[in-house]
Amino acid sequence: MTSDDLESMSVLGDPVRRALYRFVAEQGRDVGRNEAAEAAGVQRTLAAHHLDKLVEAGLLEAGFKRLSGRAGPGGGRPAKVYRRVREERSVSLPPRDYRTLALVLAETVDLLGGEEKAEEAARRAGERLAAGSSGAGGAAGLVGVLRGRGYEPYEEEGRVRLRNCPFHVLAETHPLLVCSMNLALCEGMLAGLGETGVAATLDPRPGECCVAFTPSKNNED
Amino acid sequence: MHLAQFNVAHLRAPLDSPALADFVAALEPINALSDAAPGFVWRMKGGEDPTDTIQHEYGDLLLVNFSVWESREALWNFVYRSAHLDVMRRRREWFHRAAESYTVMWWVPGGYRPSLDEAMARLELLRAQGPGPEAFTFKDFYESSDAAHLPAAAEVRK
Repeated sequence: MTSDDLESMSVLGDPVRRALYRFVAEQGRDVGRNEAAEAAGVQRTLAAHHLDKLVEAGLLEAGFKRLSGRAGPGGGRPAKVYRRVREERSVSLPPRDYRTLALVLAETVDLLGGEEKAEEAARRAGERLAAGSSGAGGAAGLVGVLRGRGYEPYEEEGRVRLRNCPFHVLAETHPLLVCSMNLALCEGMLAGLGETGVAATLDPRPGECCVAFTPSKNNED
Repeated sequence: MHLAQFNVAHLRAPLDSPALADFVAALEPINALSDAAPGFVWRMKGGEDPTDTIQHEYGDLLLVNFSVWESREALWNFVYRSAHLDVMRRRREWFHRAAESYTVMWWVPGGYRPSLDEAMARLELLRAQGPGPEAFTFKDFYESSDAAHLPAAAEVRK
């Protein structure tokens, strides 16, 4: 953690800013001032002020885009849009550094050729996470568990996709190991929830988590 | 500058054996995926058939992949953020674990098509000297600006 991270976080002390930040983050795309203001239930000028504060703090980034969808003359003036920055911020008090240790452990798994054991351990961890979460089973239960782990699930064409990779840094340095472990972790969650109607599959996309959940009858076809 | 990548893998069994059937079946869709991927520039083909693998003189059970991309991000997104990842997860079923470096990258001028001998030389360079601007990996990556003024790079290239 750096003092910058702590300062960035303190910008979120304001409830309107928090609401705006959450809304922009959840959309997973460029968001205009009008719709952000509407979602947060505040005036456009106030929303613009707070959105720009979030940019200053390095939590959002801004760009310009024609929201009408029409290009060229008559397409209107480009509007200011916002999206969440890719870079992560973490604050831990007192300071903790799990990232460095995780990197060293990932390196160790590579050196030992221990991918299979790592996946088994991840599957068990997924089962425990699911078993430890209260609430109803089924899809809502799954989404709840995923949300609780920071995956940011959303629905797309009957499947549950995950907007955020909670292991992003490790997935960049050890993609094969981490994505395989993540799949196993997700499979473990399904097992822990007793969820048999949904299967976890590897379906990576740029900028998102590598796992998607598909109704399992599709897999049996 | 474009990014060339080359990797080798030692097959556990000949390509026409049942043990490799799933791998061979994946060749056509994955090759099609790479050819259509954003930032894809070129790949060395073994022949007209989509399942033809590159012929070379480095041993029958050595499979090689050789391609050129517009950027690190373009190559990364194909390798790790597409259906290619799921195939790569199964690599242990088909290939021996590599004791030494098996993949190498280097920068080439746009339009330039590197040769197989050059690719092998780059891999040897990586193995001998570790990552540097002339031969590197995703993990120890070098930008094209690092490689631009290297006289040694021109020698390896010919």
